[in-house]
Amino acid sequence: MAAEKKLVGYLCTGCGISERLNVNQLQTIAVREGKIPEVKQHARLCAPDGVQMIADDIAAGATHLMLAGCSRRSKVEAFSFPNVAISRANLREGVIWARPNTPDNQETTQEMANDYVRMACAELRYLNIPSPSGEQKLNKNILVVGGGVTGMTAALETAAAGYPVHLVCDEAELGGVWKNLYKRVPFRAAASAVPNGYDVDLPQPEEPGITEMSAQVLANPLITVHFNAQLSKTSGAPGRFAADITNTAGATVTENFGAIIQASDFKEYDANQLPEFAYGKTPDVMTNFELERLAKAANGAPLKRPSDGKIVESVAFIQCAGQRSEQNGHLPYCSGFCCTESIKQALYFKAQNPDCDTTILFDDLRTPGAAGEDFYRCGQQEMVTFSKGKASAVVKNSAGLTVKFQDLILNEATELNCDLVVLATGQIPNNGPDPYAQLAVDEAETEEEKEAARIKLEVAPPSILNLDYRQGTDLPQLKHGFLDSHFICFPYETRRTGIYAAGPVRRPMDMKQAMDDAVGAAMKAIQAAESAANSAAVHPRVGDLSYPVFRKEGCTQCKRCTVECPFGAINEDENRYPVFNESRCRRCGTCMGACPVRVISFENYSIDSVNQQIKAVDIPDEFSEKPRILVLACENDAYPALDMAAQAGIETTPFARVVPVRCLGSVSLSWITDSLSSGYDGIVLMGCRRDEDYQCHFVRGSAIAAERLSKVGDTLTQLNLEPERIVVHEVAITDLERAPRLLNEMAQNIEKIGMSPFKF
Amino acid sequence: MGDMSKNYRLNFLKEVEANVEEGEWVKMCMQCGVCSGSCPLGKFWNHPPQEIFMMIRAGKREEVLTSNAMWMCTSCYNCIVRCPRELPITHIMHGLAHYAKRLGLIPQQQPTAKFAQLFWNNLSNKGRVNELKLGVKLYFMNGIGEGFKTSLKMKDIGMGMMKTKRMNPLEIVGGHGLEDIKGFQAMLKKAQELEDQRIATPRP
Repeated sequence: MAAEKKLVGYLCTGCGISERLNVNQLQTIAVREGKIPEVKQHARLCAPDGVQMIADDIAAGATHLMLAGCSRRSKVEAFSFPNVAISRANLREGVIWARPNTPDNQETTQEMANDYVRMACAELRYLNIPSPSGEQKLNKNILVVGGGVTGMTAALETAAAGYPVHLVCDEAELGGVWKNLYKRVPFRAAASAVPNGYDVDLPQPEEPGITEMSAQVLANPLITVHFNAQLSKTSGAPGRFAADITNTAGATVTENFGAIIQASDFKEYDANQLPEFAYGKTPDVMTNFELERLAKAANGAPLKRPSDGKIVESVAFIQCAGQRSEQNGHLPYCSGFCCTESIKQALYFKAQNPDCDTTILFDDLRTPGAAGEDFYRCGQQEMVTFSKGKASAVVKNSAGLTVKFQDLILNEATELNCDLVVLATGQIPNNGPDPYAQLAVDEAETEEEKEAARIKLEVAPPSILNLDYRQGTDLPQLKHGFLDSHFICFPYETRRTGIYAAGPVRRPMDMKQAMDDAVGAAMKAIQAAESAANSAAVHPRVGDLSYPVFRKEGCTQCKRCTVECPFGAINEDENRYPVFNESRCRRCGTCMGACPVRVISFENYSIDSVNQQIKAVDIPDEFSEKPRILVLACENDAYPALDMAAQAGIETTPFARVVPVRCLGSVSLSWITDSLSSGYDGIVLMGCRRDEDYQCHFVRGSAIAAERLSKVGDTLTQLNLEPERIVVHEVAITDLERAPRLLNEMAQNIEKIGMSPFKF
Repeated sequence: MGDMSKNYRLNFLKEVEANVEEGEWVKMCMQCGVCSGSCPLGKFWNHPPQEIFMMIRAGKREEVLTSNAMWMCTSCYNCIVRCPRELPITHIMHGLAHYAKRLGLIPQQQPTAKFAQLFWNNLSNKGRVNELKLGVKLYFMNGIGEGFKTSLKMKDIGMGMMKTKRMNPLEIVGGHGLEDIKGFQAMLKKAQELEDQRIATPRP
């Protein structure tokens, strides 16, 4: 930035800092070495008068502030000043709370504090104040893909918040997979006063409400429904998506949107893959979906078996049919809705004839939802027989059907006769092709894996979003075809910013859960559209105005950034230069870490801003017995874990110097090589868990970093250094005891292998 | 496997509901197995409660009613206390035992069933339990030979009890009882009539 920087430093002496540290020495360091002309001390900087002092300085022209005191994660509200650059030296959690207060530790503790002040000063000089990109204006229109209950709920909720919606439905009417429901599983639990009993008031199947919901959608002036339509092309970014909506007649309209919700629900499992249960051999064996259609058609009249029209007097439900099984053609997962679905359907028979024998053969009965357990009790109360059993075969007999099964409570092979068998089959997510399917083929290590990946690519379903993105047409998947999303913390966020997933596309679920999901996704979509208008990041760096910029003249068009971005934010232009879409970016810096020529940076986070911190640390000579350990810690998990460890009084080695990074994915190998050659004795990288159950806020950042660092061994060998000097750890925010221990272990290892010879 | 036509039919469950005290609760068992795990005598039963409830629902009438399971219950109430669905399991067990007896389906030589009968006979005679007579009957329950053997084995304890006046040898003739024995027996008779009437009238 060309604008003049005015640097001011603040040294908080409260919270025991002045008792433990020589603050005058710190002030001298900030002024002499940190080159900050004016450094002020304050007894409690976060108190109103301290904050006012800073505000007054800003009003008088201060642009860059160095705050030495508590951790950057503390007092965030007090030190939140707009339009200034701030660096913080962590003297409280990072130094005095992490070290024992004894005279023999005084020297190393002061050295730690001195270094953190040097680092904060060095970082500050390389920070710029980000300004909005202005790439897009506010577009309040939200696109909802999918006309099922999930999509309808998302549309209604978005409209209720005052945002116009376009709903793309690929059928001629709304309702999707749920439109054939005769009744729905109840939404509410029994009243809290209802005791245990055998004759109490428990929730019953309810009217499905789909027709009413469709009518509401059609009557809502803010909702435009496109029937028989699909997305033939989606391009742009949050705040400026352009979608071509094409109907079956071939007519296309192009609409612009702020954000998108994918709610394409699920497909029914094909029960033809279950010949052992006689599916397809007799019409009296049907899936739960088919029974629902039968019940809807009968509309309360007695249910008849299809083969001869006999009124059903006995029915068996086989749970987990073709599910939770590794067998070829079966679904390996639990679809989560079928237990309550079967209870509901058993009650259809009971409602017509209380003497109808209804047996549910289950392995593990799971009844999610508010009504779940009470609905199970309702089924029991109506004398539905629940038997923990594993069905092995269904065969025809003279009068009807025989189900052979193992009763797992009575531990015996047995069988039962019935008129009708219902197979509780599962949900298959209705998603487009996995955008990384081709990559999986290219990167497969064994011939077997390659073949499996090739088959997956061949049978890939048609695209739903038809994204015009460098990284493929649809949303990335985690496994079994379900969309990748941060399962625990940010369920609706996908790996394409501004496109949210709701309902069974991200995990199997029942209608009520899909509706709850839709509400969440609608809120996130609105947030994304609003944030894009302000050029502000969405989760997890909410509100961050910085975005990656690159020096075009230095770019070698290697494409690493466009390939590795976990969010597909970067396109390529016709000359194969990267095109950064600011509003698709989550600001993780994975592109910055990927760039071999270091041309990518953020205004407030760059190769230099970290490198200068690394270089600012004072490296004592080889014979001082004071090693220096560089710790690059993820700001979301590892860094707070270290802070909390200090709060809990857990000791950390005085030789570690911790630099928070946005994500391990943003770590540039140049930081590693530079620190090794400038005399650091060890490097500890702390990122998030990176496997299938990853915890990385940026999904792939930690995994990508681990991949890159697996090659760092070569650098060490070239420098003739021991491989133990660099370690990568997966650290969770809860690892209070473990995180400091990992640093202490590195200190012990250095004691064993000796100091680095690169100290000049 | 025998006749499968009644397998997993509701007939027997309905019979239990109509005839067994607290039998309406059986259908509410969710098969968690906490009762079976809590029963201090569980390993001596041929079927723990959870299994009995499943057998009722699977239609295993003969196996349930001739089982020794419900006769082995000592009424410790652990199962009732722990049942998450609050089933009165102890009471259901006694109800099943009672119903099996009504149908004459008590297992042959079932010792607790025998003891229960001896106890009842002893008690209903004079309205008070005559412990000496009950003890002697119990010793000789399985024949004269075994009776003498047990008596000899227990003689030191008996002598000690007599010395410390914990047992009166004169109880063997007559023994103590209620003041109004006639009234007591009339009450029992009335109760039996009411019970017979209840059994004869099917529940709605």
